[in-house]
Amino acid sequence: MGFPDRIERSVRLARRPDVVWEAVTTADGLASWFGDRAEIDLRPGGAGRLMWTDEGLAAELRVERVEPPHVFAFTWPMHGVPADDPRRSYVEFTLTADGDGTLLTVVETGFAQLDDAHHPTAYDGHTEGWGRELGELVEHLSA
Amino acid sequence: MSEDELVAERVFAALADPSRRALLAELATGGPATATDLAARLPISRQAITKHLTRLADAGLVAAEAGERRRIRYRLRSAPMRTAQRFLAALARDWDGPLDRLARHLEE
Repeated sequence: MGFPDRIERSVRLARRPDVVWEAVTTADGLASWFGDRAEIDLRPGGAGRLMWTDEGLAAELRVERVEPPHVFAFTWPMHGVPADDPRRSYVEFTLTADGDGTLLTVVETGFAQLDDAHHPTAYDGHTEGWGRELGELVEHLSA
Repeated sequence: MSEDELVAERVFAALADPSRRALLAELATGGPATATDLAARLPISRQAITKHLTRLADAGLVAAEAGERRRIRYRLRSAPMRTAQRFLAALARDWDGPLDRLARHLEE
């Protein structure tokens, strides 16, 4: 079966790196292929948001690396993980000139962070915590 | 096979059966319950519920504990679900669709 931590894709694009850079780092560019609406504050630590309005979905990005026109990286939530969970995957776009086009490589890493098999007590504790907290609430309200 | 794979395989095997899915969903939404409680809430026979709960407990997906009047209650164990979720999270990330759209967009 195998548990991937890393997803990697490379695609050769027909435009030069500066054009590709615009497509992957600007709100208009991202909205044309990634989501259907996008916002981005293009600086390390800046916030971004990708929206898929038909599906009612949105993803919050945190910009990590901005080195035009070669490296753009951000973190974002993993599927099935709450948006405020500190464990996020890291996505890095690398643009390399290739003739009159660009080789774009996307690497997403961090899925192994979801490995909690060796820390079952933390999660069981979390579940039990709800019961305990609700019990305390009941006691508080009936005091 | 790694320990993680064994854990995930047990989760997927548990989820492959509709009665076990219903039991896990009921414990997730309603909290710990006895086999009698579950039989009253679900359209599954008491005998079948006991059989499935035993199998889920063997797989580490539910834990048996002493409830009121010493009746055994079953509680969902979420840790194995998290391990299976890690596998699903990577499968759910679709880069092929967006990258195809990017390539088409740049050729326009």
